[in-house]
Amino acid sequence: MSWLLPPHASSYAADIDWLYYLILIITGIAFLVVQIGLVWFIIKYRARPNGKALYTHGFAKAEWIWTSVTAVVVVVIGLLSAGVWDRIKGRDSIPPGAIPIGIHGKQFEWHISYPGADGQLGTGDDLSIRNQLHLPLNKPVVATLTSEDAIHSFFIPAFRIKQDAVPGMTIRVWFQPTDTGTFELACAELCGLGHYRMRAVVTVHAEAEYQRWLDERGRAAAASPTALLQR
Amino acid sequence: MAHAHALTHDDVMRPPAGREPGSGVYNEKLGMWVFLGSEVMFFTSLIGAYIILRFGHPEKWAPPGEVLNVPVTAVNTFLLICSSVTMVKAFASAQDGNQRALRSWLLATVLIGASFVGVQVYEYAELVHKGFVPSEGLYGSTFFTMTGFHGFHVTVGVLCMMFVTWRAFQGKYTATDHRGVEVIGLYWHFVDLVWIILFTIVYLI
Amino acid sequence: MASTAAVVHEPALEHAHADDRPFIRKYIFSTDHKIIGIQFLLMSLFFLLIGGMLAMVIRWQLGFPGRAMPGGGVLPETMAPGGIVLPEFYNSLVTMHGTFMVFFAIMPLLVGVFGNYLIPLKIGAPDMAFPRINMASFWIAVPAGLIMLAGFFVEGGHAAAGWTGYAPLSANPELTGVSLGQQLWCVSLIILGLSSIMGSFNYITTIINMRAPGMIWFRLPLSIWALFITAILVLLAMPILSGALIMLLFDQTLGTHFFLPAQGGQPLLWQHLFWFFGHPEVYILILPAMGMVSDIIANGSRKPIFGYTSMVLAIIAIGALGWGVWGHHMFMSGMNPTLGTGFMISTLLISVPSAIKTFNWMGTMWGGNIRFHVPMLHAVAFVSMFVIGGLSGVFMATTPVDIYIHDTYFIVAHLHYVLFGGSLFAIFAAVTFWYPKMFGRLMNPLWGKVHFWLTFIFFNAVFFPMHGLGAQGHMRRIYDPTEYEFLAPLQGVNRMITISAFLLFTAQIIFLVNFIAGWFKGAKAGPNPWQDNGLEWATPSPPPHGNFPVTPHVYRGPYEFSSPLAVDDDYLPQSRKLETDREPAVLPAGD
Repeated sequence: MSWLLPPHASSYAADIDWLYYLILIITGIAFLVVQIGLVWFIIKYRARPNGKALYTHGFAKAEWIWTSVTAVVVVVIGLLSAGVWDRIKGRDSIPPGAIPIGIHGKQFEWHISYPGADGQLGTGDDLSIRNQLHLPLNKPVVATLTSEDAIHSFFIPAFRIKQDAVPGMTIRVWFQPTDTGTFELACAELCGLGHYRMRAVVTVHAEAEYQRWLDERGRAAAASPTALLQR
Repeated sequence: MAHAHALTHDDVMRPPAGREPGSGVYNEKLGMWVFLGSEVMFFTSLIGAYIILRFGHPEKWAPPGEVLNVPVTAVNTFLLICSSVTMVKAFASAQDGNQRALRSWLLATVLIGASFVGVQVYEYAELVHKGFVPSEGLYGSTFFTMTGFHGFHVTVGVLCMMFVTWRAFQGKYTATDHRGVEVIGLYWHFVDLVWIILFTIVYLI
Repeated sequence: MASTAAVVHEPALEHAHADDRPFIRKYIFSTDHKIIGIQFLLMSLFFLLIGGMLAMVIRWQLGFPGRAMPGGGVLPETMAPGGIVLPEFYNSLVTMHGTFMVFFAIMPLLVGVFGNYLIPLKIGAPDMAFPRINMASFWIAVPAGLIMLAGFFVEGGHAAAGWTGYAPLSANPELTGVSLGQQLWCVSLIILGLSSIMGSFNYITTIINMRAPGMIWFRLPLSIWALFITAILVLLAMPILSGALIMLLFDQTLGTHFFLPAQGGQPLLWQHLFWFFGHPEVYILILPAMGMVSDIIANGSRKPIFGYTSMVLAIIAIGALGWGVWGHHMFMSGMNPTLGTGFMISTLLISVPSAIKTFNWMGTMWGGNIRFHVPMLHAVAFVSMFVIGGLSGVFMATTPVDIYIHDTYFIVAHLHYVLFGGSLFAIFAAVTFWYPKMFGRLMNPLWGKVHFWLTFIFFNAVFFPMHGLGAQGHMRRIYDPTEYEFLAPLQGVNRMITISAFLLFTAQIIFLVNFIAGWFKGAKAGPNPWQDNGLEWATPSPPPHGNFPVTPHVYRGPYEFSSPLAVDDDYLPQSRKLETDREPAVLPAGD
C-alpha cells in the first residue's frame, strides 16, 4: 500500500504534502534506526552459554543526546507547521475577494448555496443546489459551513481540506482549486445512519465556464424555485 | 496503623511488621484526601461546563433572584456552614474523649445536614411548581444538574454521618482512635465548601 | 496516633482463618487483591473476545460490503437480515468495538488486573489499603459490563454515535434512532467510572503508605511507578467523563440542553470535556504497559534498566503533559485555530519523553545477554510496534497534515499500533510473565511462541496497510467504501486486511487455549521461574493470603541483574540481604 499521497488540486495542498513527506522522511529515519537497532541487538546480544550481560545503569551523556535531538526535531517540525497552518486555517487567512459559498450539512446531504448577482450570500437571490459543488479555477473560495443536525465534516481529499460543520456554529474555511475536473466531497465525521453515503461531486470549471453554469442554473431556479433542491 | 485494616480481615498473617515511612497520615485519611481530589474534578466538569455555557449565552440566564429564591437558599447556606461548625465540634469532642459531646454534635450535624436537603427538596418543589424545570433552557439545565449533584453528595454525607453517629453511640470512637469521625469530617467540609462556590455562582451572580 | 492494630472493623465477618473462608468469600466476594486481579483478568479477557468479534463483523463488511456474512444468519433481523450487515448495526459495531476495547478490555487489563495483582506484591504489602473497597470496585465493574452488553438487545439497537459519543448525535435520539441503547451506554460508563475511581484511590494510598521497609520511592519497579501515575490520571480524569456523561444522559432523558444547540447548548463542550478526560485516558492505556515492559525487558536482557531515573521522570512527564494536549483531537472541530497551534506544540513535546523511553529500552537490551522467553518476545514487539504508533502520531500532531489525515484510516492505523501493537502486546507479555505467579504453573512456551509470531505477523498485515488507506484519504467509520469513486481502487487492500484480520483473530484461540490449559496442565513454576528480582518472586507461586510469610526488607532497586555483587547468579533479588547491606530504617506498624 502506497504511502504516497494522491494527486492534489488546490493552492495550498502542495504545502501540506511537502510537510507530510518531510515528516515521512524524518519518522522513516527514526523508524529505521529503532527497528534495525532492535534486530541488531536481538542477534548480537542473544543469550549464550556462560554469557554475561554488561552491568550498567546507563549513560547520562547518551540520554542527553537523544533527548535533545528529539526535542530539536519536533520543535522544528512544529515551527514549520505553525506557519502553514496559519496560512490555511488562521483567523485572518481568508484571501480578500474570495467567492463566498454556503455549505450546509444535513443528514445525509450537502446543501450548497451560491451567491446571486450581488456576489453575497444570504440575500434572497442565492442559488441552492443539493450535493453539487461547482467552483471556478484558480479563484479563492470561502465556504461558510453550517449544519442542520449532527456534526458533519467537509472533506475534499484532492484539495487537502477538511473542516467540521457544527450545528449552532458558523465556520469559514477557504481553498483555491488549481485543476479543472471532477472531484469528490465526503463527510468525514460519523453523522448517523447514512454517513457513508453523504457524498457530493465537486466540479471545477474554467472561470468563464463557471459563470456560464451559474447563470444557467440561476435562470432555471428562477423558473422553478424548488426544483433544484429536489434534484 | 497502615496495616491495621488489612490485619482485621486476616489473622493468619504475621504479627504487625514494619513499613517504609509513607505520607505520615493513616490510610483512611490519605484515601479520603485522594478521593476528594477526584470529587474536585467531578465538580470542575460541572462548573466548567456552566461557565462555558454561560459565557456563550449570558442572555439565557435570568437576573439573580428573579427565578431562584435567594433568601431561602441563603438561610440554607447558613445552615450548612453551621453544620461544618458542629462537625468541627464533634471532632474536637472525639479528641477530648468526651463521648456525650461527640454524640450530641454528630447528631446535630446529621439533623442540620438533613434539613439542608429538606429545604432543597422544598425549593425544587416550588421551582417545578412555577414551571422552572431541568428542560427550561440552559438555566434550568445547569441549575438542576449542579445543585442536584451537590444535594446528592450531601445526602450521601448524611447517610454516612448517620452510620458514624450510630457507631459513636456504641462507643467506638476513643480519644486515641476516632478515624471515622475525622474522615467523614473531611468529606463534610468539602461538600460545604463546594456549596459556597455553587451558591455564589448559581444564585448570586 | 497510638497503636490501633487492635481496632477491628467488622470482627464477625472478617475474623475467620484464611483457609477456613468459604468458597464464596475466597473466590467470589474475595477481598484478596490477587483474587480480585484474577477476576478482573477473566472479565476483561471476556470483553476482549467480545470486542474482537465485533471487529470481525466490521472487517467483513469493509472487505465484502453488502455480501452475506458466513454464519451471520444467526443475527437478528434488526442487525443483519440474512447475514447482510445493516448500516445502523455497523455504526453500533464501530461504537461498541471501541467502547468495549477501551473501557472493558484494555483499561481493566492494565489497571484492574495488574494494578491489583502487582502493587501489593511488588511493594511488599499484605494487601491493598482498602480491601473491601477493592472488592466493591470489581463487583461494580461487572454490572457495568452487563449493562453495556444489554444495549445490543434493546429496542432501537445499541449506541451508534462512536465510542467518543460526539454530541449532538449522541444527545438527540432523533438523529440516530437509538435512545435506550445510548442511555445504557452512558449509565454503564458512569458506573464503570465509579469502579475505576474506587480502584485508583486505593492504589494511590497503598503505594504511598504501605511499602515494605527499604522500598523507597526510587527502588520501586517501573511498573509500580507507571501504575502510580496512571492511578492519579484515572482519579482525576474519570470524574470529568462522569460529569460529561451525566450531562449527556440528562440531555437524552430530562430534556436539558447542555450539548444541543437549539437552546444555546454547545456540541464542542462535549468534545472538550470528553477529550480532557480522553487524552489522559490514552496515557492510562499506555503507561502501565510501558512500566511492565520495562520490568520484562530488564529481566529478559539480564541487565539493569537503562536510565532508571529518566524513565521515572519520563513517566511523570507523560502523565503531566497528557493534561495539556486534548485539543489535538479537535483541530478540525472549529476550535480557535490559534489554540490548535498551542496544542500542536504541546503534543509534539510528548514525543520527547516517549523517545527517552524507547531509547532506554534499547539501551537496556544493548550489551545484554538476552533470553527470548515468550514475555520478552512480546515486550520487544511492544517497543517495535509502539515506535510505529508513536511516529505516526507525529503526522497527526502536525496541524496542517492533520487537515488531510484526520478521521481517515491513518488514525485507525495509529491508534491500533498504540493500543494493540502497544498495550495489547504488553498485556500478552505481562500475562505470560506473571501467569506462573498467579496460577503456580507456566503457560506452554512453544505454543506461546507460535501465538506470538502469528499475532505479530497478522497484526502488521492488518494495520500497516491502513496507513496507506489513510494516505489515500479513506475515511474511517464508513459502512461501505465502495460508495466513493476515489476509494474503489482500494477495495483490494480492504479485502486483504479483512482476511488478515480473520487470521489474527483465529491466532488468539491459541492464546486462549494455552491460557486455560496452563491452569490445569502447565509445568509447575516454582517461586521464581524467570529469575527475577521483584519482591513478588520471593514468595510462593501463587502467594498465600497475606502475600509474604515474613515481611520482606528491601536492600536495593529492582533491576540488579548481572550485578558483580551476585556471585553465583546473574540476578540479585530486592530482598536478598548481602553482608554489606544495612537494615533499612523501619517504621513500626500501627503508627
